[in-house]
Order: sequence, then structure tokens, then C-alpha cells
Amino acid sequence: MINFQYARADDVADAVRMIAADPAAKFIAGGTNLIDLMKEDVERPSRLIDISRLALKSVEETADGGLRIGALVPNSDLAYHPLVAQRYPLLASAILAGASQQLRNMASTGGNLLQRTRCAYFYDTATPCNKREPGSGCSAVNGLNRMHAILGTSEFCIATHPSDMCVALAALDAKVHVAGADGERVVAFADFHRLPGNTPQHDTNLRRGDLITAVELPAQNFAKNYSYLKIRDRLSYAFALVSVAAALELDGERIADARLALGGVAHKPWRNAAAEAALRGAAVNRATFARAAEILLRGAKGFAHNAFKIDLAQRAIVRALTQAARGTPQSQSDKKVR
Amino acid sequence: MALARKRATDEPIQVPDKIALSLNVNGVERRLDVAPWTTLLDALRDHLDLTGTKKGCDHGQCGACTVLVDGRRINSCLTLAVMKDGAKITTIEGLAKDGALHPLQQAFIDHDAFQCGYCTPGQICSAAGLIAEGKAKTADEIRELMSGNICRCGAYPNIVAAILQAMGRS
Repeated sequence: MINFQYARADDVADAVRMIAADPAAKFIAGGTNLIDLMKEDVERPSRLIDISRLALKSVEETADGGLRIGALVPNSDLAYHPLVAQRYPLLASAILAGASQQLRNMASTGGNLLQRTRCAYFYDTATPCNKREPGSGCSAVNGLNRMHAILGTSEFCIATHPSDMCVALAALDAKVHVAGADGERVVAFADFHRLPGNTPQHDTNLRRGDLITAVELPAQNFAKNYSYLKIRDRLSYAFALVSVAAALELDGERIADARLALGGVAHKPWRNAAAEAALRGAAVNRATFARAAEILLRGAKGFAHNAFKIDLAQRAIVRALTQAARGTPQSQSDKKVR
Repeated sequence: MALARKRATDEPIQVPDKIALSLNVNGVERRLDVAPWTTLLDALRDHLDLTGTKKGCDHGQCGACTVLVDGRRINSCLTLAVMKDGAKITTIEGLAKDGALHPLQQAFIDHDAFQCGYCTPGQICSAAGLIAEGKAKTADEIRELMSGNICRCGAYPNIVAAILQAMGRS
């Protein structure tokens, strides 16, 4: 690992001041992704500003019946939090589908949003990568791209966002609270991550020096009919080929409201208002689910090794919506897909 | 080479002084001076000579470096020692009490839950964390919540049996 300086922030204002003073500094919280990338020489900060002791570790109910999750709440604590399990089981399930318990004990809520792609070329400093070294080229477009994106890609980057948690947060319309040099603001989850375009070095729309302070979930009625279905090469502790966050609010045989988001297929959690509109008001059946899947996957484009993801995603969406409608969400310990 | 990595600024980095910290390791207060980039794993192994904790992949993928920090299992290879100043660390060396093996250590022997043994300290510390969490009740749940610990010898069935025994569910 490269040499760097270390400093501990006392509070949010202190952290924002410290990062503004050093353009090559980075925040560190759980460190599970950043330290790994520093060992690989992909990230080379001059200074790490330790925010792990800031008072951002609580989960609180909001006035409108939602939850405000502090940015430093560990992934494991969030997954097992009684209010999350009770009101947002889709989020709990998605978190438990990702990483290992050791990593979930370390990884923070804010850090999960900011983890970087696991594209092998991004990690390998001997190969060109526009995300790591803008302008150097994309090795994945014509390389080994089995794990890569099928939606929202550009000629400059076909990397995927690796998070499971973020797929559920996207489906649940989370908001991200951010503190920056210009004060505090709130970013809708759909606007938080971005597509690669011709600047894939930017994973998010955060500005340099911004600090995530909390993630907020609005009150919702998706605690009964939901499923997080993750398809991967081994049954645990692997990144998604395709994952689906599905949530329904049923009114008898009709769908009153619906949420649908995909992971493992794009540079950000993939959601589309038209796919959810096709579910809303429609009858609960396979044809409805298949139509929503087709709309969500519109424009999907496979590369040499990942075209299978288009069919896989189509079927996984139908299966996840079926599980949600039946009220039998995918178990994250019994791996049989039913 | 063309792709040589640069920092965001060309300013030279001043190499910082070592940072003094204290860790309570297996019940003993230890003071040490480390560079900021020293991982908890390297601090334990190279500074405190506690070599029971193993360095496997050094990237958080194998679990051989698992230790308990304030009672929670984590990957010590992805943790900076300076960030854990004041923490209570338990390693494999700290599990046996008064000359008696920890129930998990005894269960791993009883069930022959290892071949080469390299992953075993991490497996046992991880299992101790798992039991403290209280979320795993069935063999399926143990397998899922132990998936961060890889055993290349493939002793998994015996590891699950050993953990079930230590949980009193064998």
C-alpha cells in the first residue's frame, strides 16, 4: 500500500473542512472497498480522513413514518434492525444477499453507496480503463465481459455498480442526505448514481468534498409483497449476474402499486417508471410480469460474453414478481429458487 | 509506463510519523507505534507477534484474517490499526481460558473440521462471532453466515457440524 497521512474528524463540519483543504484526500469509514483498492494501487489518496467516529450511527423514525439511517450504520446492523425488518424487509433481504457477515459488520451505509465497480480491468492497473484512467480506453468492451452491463452502457465503459443494498434503496425511493462545502442538501436516489457516458470516472453526482450523512426512506406499504432475487455464479458471497428488487402493493387480484429495480446490469441500479406503470392497475399474473420485464429491459444490449443476461434478467424479473405476489420472498439462506 | 498512477496533485507527500495507539488484545493492554497504512492484521502479526491470525488473500475474500473487534467479527486485513485505537480485539490466541480450549476449538477437533489448518483460526473466530450474533439457527443459516470463510481443503461439512456442536444443537 502507498504511504498516506491519517487524520480523524471530530464532527461533520470538521470532516467537510478537512477534505476541502486537501484535494487528494479521501474519507474512510468501513474501509472494506477503499483499503482493497489502495492495496491494488487503484486508489492513491494523500490522506485518509477517518469519519468512523462521527455521530452518524443511529436509525431514527421520521415524522412522516419513514426512517432516517445514519451514514455510519453498519450494513449488518441495518439488515437486522427491527424497524427495517418490519417495514422494509426488501432492504434487509438485499443487504443480506451481499458480501459476507465480516464485511457487513465493517461496511457503512454511506460507503455501500460509494463502493466502486468490481470490473477486473478497473482493478488491473496494467490494463487500460476509462474509469480508472480517463482516456486510456475500455478493456472490457472487447474483453472478458461476462459480468458486465447490458443497459445504459457507453463505448467508454460497460462496468456495473456492485451493490445489492442500493438496488433495494432505488426501488424504495430513498433519499441521500449530503453535507458539502455549500451546506446540506438532499439527493433523490435515482439522481445519486449516474450512467458512464464519456466520463465513467464519475460513479455518482456527488461533488468533490461531499459527505453522505444519512439515507432516508419514505413511509411505504411494501412490507408484505416483496422479493430480492439475486442470481450469481456461487450461492453466497459473490456479486450478482442479475438481481431483482420487486415490491408490490396488492388490491385483491390487482396491483395497486409496484416497484422494480435491477442490479448487476448497469452502472447504477436500473429502474424505469414505464415498467412500474405497466404493473400498476394490472392483473396479478405472469403476462403482466413479463410485460413489465420487457419494458424494463428495453434497449438491453449484450456483449460477447454477457448476452445471456438479457434472458436471465427477463426470467428473474418474472420470478421475483411472482415471489412477491405470493408473499414468499426469496430466502437468503435456503438458496432454492421457488 | 503510460498508465503509471498519479495522485490528484503533484505535491509531494510527507511521510507521517508513526502514530501511537493502544489496543486491548486478548485482555492485555498493548501500546504500539504504527504507520497509518499498517493493517490490523499486520499490527497483530508483525508488531505484537500474534501469528495465529493468518494472512490469506489480504483482500477480504478468504476470511483467514477474521478477528473479533469489540465482539464483532471483521476482516483484519481490510482494517487500519490506527482506526481501532482503544478497541478490544480477540484473536484465536485469546479464546482458550485457564488452559481449557474454547468449545469451538474442542468441537473443531472432535469433528476433524480442518485439514491443513490455515483457515482454521479465521473459521473459529468467525464462528465465535456468528454464535454471539445469534442469527444462525439451522445448518443452512450457518453455511450462509460462514460464507466469508473459505476452506480450500473443503472441510465445510465438518466445520458446520463443529459449529452446531458448539451451539449445543448437534
